[in-house]
Amino acid sequence: MSISLPAFDKGGVVQRQGALAVLVTVVVISLAAFPGFRSADNAGTILVAAAPPMLIALGMTFVIITGGIDLSVGSLYVLGGVIAAWASQYGVVAALAAPLLVCGAIGVLNGILISRTGMAPFIVTLAALLGARGLMRSISDEGSTTFLVRSDVFHDLGTGSLLGIGYPVWLAVVLVGLGVLALNRTRFGHAVHAIGGSEDAAALMGLPVRRIKVWVYLLSGLLAGLAGAINAAKLGSGVTVLGSGMELDAIAAVVIGGTLLTGGSGSIAGTVAGVLLLGVIQNLINQVGNVNSNWQQVISGTFLAAVVVVQTYLVRSRRT
Amino acid sequence: MTTETLSRPRAAFNPAWLPRYGVYAAIVLLIVVNIAFTPYFLTLSNLRIQLIQAAPVVIVALGMALVIGTEGIDLSVGSVMALAAAFIPLYLGYGVLAAIIVSLLAGVAIGLINGVLVAKVGLQPIVATLALFVGGRGLAVVISGGQLKDIRNDDLLYLGSGDFLGVPVLVWIAALLVLVVAFVIRRTVFGRRLLAVGGNRPAAELAGLPVKRVLIGVYVFCAVLASIAGLLSVARIQSSDASAVGLLIELSAITAVVVGGTPLTGGRVRVLGTVAGALLMQLVVATMIKHDLPPSTTEMVQAVIILVAVYVARERRTR
Repeated sequence: MSISLPAFDKGGVVQRQGALAVLVTVVVISLAAFPGFRSADNAGTILVAAAPPMLIALGMTFVIITGGIDLSVGSLYVLGGVIAAWASQYGVVAALAAPLLVCGAIGVLNGILISRTGMAPFIVTLAALLGARGLMRSISDEGSTTFLVRSDVFHDLGTGSLLGIGYPVWLAVVLVGLGVLALNRTRFGHAVHAIGGSEDAAALMGLPVRRIKVWVYLLSGLLAGLAGAINAAKLGSGVTVLGSGMELDAIAAVVIGGTLLTGGSGSIAGTVAGVLLLGVIQNLINQVGNVNSNWQQVISGTFLAAVVVVQTYLVRSRRT
Repeated sequence: MTTETLSRPRAAFNPAWLPRYGVYAAIVLLIVVNIAFTPYFLTLSNLRIQLIQAAPVVIVALGMALVIGTEGIDLSVGSVMALAAAFIPLYLGYGVLAAIIVSLLAGVAIGLINGVLVAKVGLQPIVATLALFVGGRGLAVVISGGQLKDIRNDDLLYLGSGDFLGVPVLVWIAALLVLVVAFVIRRTVFGRRLLAVGGNRPAAELAGLPVKRVLIGVYVFCAVLASIAGLLSVARIQSSDASAVGLLIELSAITAVVVGGTPLTGGRVRVLGTVAGALLMQLVVATMIKHDLPPSTTEMVQAVIILVAVYVARERRTR
């Protein structure tokens, strides 16, 4: 079942950055084929829409590299948005601090339960998914109250732009940059990799395994809450129905980006490519206006499967 | 005796029976509380409703338990239910049997895709089934034209709301499937191989077991059970709505399995525990509703129950 690789790929760029290669291919083809795709406006639309998922997927990358998974981020995203919209009546600082506080606390709880009790991350964060959704519903009167954003400054954070590029995009770029530095250039990043490679070995090396895990889930919770807040700022309200399933989108983006679910190896650049790829696909489906909206999910699902299968073969042929 | 005490330094409250029988104890406790505090709990009609509502989750959770037994997970079960539901109105014109067969075949097809992606392509189960979680429901909506369709076929409706010997047909079917799955796990070669693959896949491969075939079989088994659940849901609700049938059931099923004591690490399947897990979660929801507690509280209580159940049943770190 081995496939031969093209001769030009001696350096293994395609293998290492499969998602990036697919992304470039898709964008080039779309630029040629769809006039509507070409405008600068459309590029902006894609990037602004991709910013919140990018933040979530960034946190998820750290979690997955430690060999874990965080199913609670979709709920935390919605919860963060609702809390941010509610807190915006007290000003922009409250609108940002409140969701970070609550979602960060839930992240810490995830981390403590996972690292102290030995329960599977899948289960702990599944419980957090339910718990955070319950909390969100109880805040919003069982989902019937939609809080409007009452701070113009906060609203502007979601809708404004600098040099023609939306604030959410700038935020995502800065945080992704910090993420890359943290993962590749700090002791924290090395410990994250080591734990995913072999937890026992990391513990024997004297790494503070438990503490690092708490930090990783805290990071994931904070980023999900921030993403929710940014989305609330953009929409001008805390929407209670969107966002379920965001955790699976994030996992898909991370996996498409080449990070292994078994932990120990992965890259944020790949995750960025994965998020953008999913965003571009979504945008293309919208561009081809006559596609029945019912087909969108079918196309997304098929595409996801195709990319992941190709990715798997590339990784495997590199190993042999 | 002394080594026993030495290997368990922390004397927390965790008697030996709790991991194994905690879920049954919780059910008994909840029933007793309900009998004492919930009016009309101990009526025949209420017990019927509880069992009927739990039946689809029980059926899906059985399949999920088998997949989890191989150290896998199946996120696509809700989509399979939707697909099975979407096919029924299309083929009901050719008779109930044709509709049932087509919807079961849809399950077989999805199970094959999942199984091949996991076993032959080597994808992680969560990713392999994620694709059909996304795409499968979309396909179901496309097939059904995005419309809710009423079902007016008495034979099919009998499966969903009829009685046999005073017990709902739905409950009979679920009970029968529990027996089938228990038999498969305990008494068949397939069941033994399944547990071997989940317990230690490299060892199973070295022992010459047909690992890939076993994995594909497990995903097909799980998807067929899910399509049976979809079929029965349509028969019970008396309409087919591809965008609503089986929504989020994968989470309920996984919850039932882990609350029932099946470890996510594979190699062991607790069939009765899974049934108990599904019944426990159903009872919790019913109790909350009867006492006018909002869905938000129910979800938070469910979260706590999951954590407590898994904490109690977690494997002790030996070696």
